[in-house]
Amino acid sequence: MSAISTAIELAVEATPAEQKNAAAASSAGFAYGLAAIGPGIGIGYLVGQSVQAMARQPEAAGQVQTTMFLGIAFVEALALIGFVVFILLKFA
Amino acid sequence: MTATLNQHADRLEGPSPATEVALDMAKRSAFLVPIVILFGALIGGTNGVLSVGYAVVIVVVNFVLAAFLIGRAAQINFALVFGAALGGFALRLGLIFGAVVAVADQAWVQIVPLGITLIVTHLGLLVWEIRYVSASMAYPGLKPKEHRQGVH
Repeated sequence: MSAISTAIELAVEATPAEQKNAAAASSAGFAYGLAAIGPGIGIGYLVGQSVQAMARQPEAAGQVQTTMFLGIAFVEALALIGFVVFILLKFA
Repeated sequence: MTATLNQHADRLEGPSPATEVALDMAKRSAFLVPIVILFGALIGGTNGVLSVGYAVVIVVVNFVLAAFLIGRAAQINFALVFGAALGGFALRLGLIFGAVVAVADQAWVQIVPLGITLIVTHLGLLVWEIRYVSASMAYPGLKPKEHRQGVH
């Protein structure tokens, strides 16, 4: 409780520039965290289906792995976009 | 060189298809470098060139590391692929975060060109690669050579 009250006191005493920096930092953190959730779910689903495909049809495992790798990379681009938003908010 | 199954059909033997794709993309990134350097020079001069070059290195290392983890897991057991893919995703996000945050305060780093290059190079290399992979389900390392032989 004391930590929360200290944080509130600091927030009240902060200058507008400091408040803006704090808002940017927390927004950046939220952007990165939220952007990683969707790709995490997507990769989980994609790999789950790919493992199922490899189990059902092992002779196609090589092709499935190629497609899976490219799919993972495409899904990961979403997380990368979230990361770039994070660095732009935090450092630019 | 193609991957084959072991006798229990629970893992791949031979070269990993994912690693072949990633190395193919790494080779293609060499063709992108002049364009990327020009873009960096136009936006931020020498610092821009260094920043976009750093971004290209991050993207290529990310692809190769992802492929190595998945390929190695498939060579051990298919059941490990799930862990390697999701664990690798978290690991690589952390590595990219660390690689960028470690240099973000350096004088030569320009965040905007670096960020743009990260996204554009990642998507550009993927689209370039998937052109060949989607053309046929043959292993992608073979497709560009077949194309070139057809042209000549």
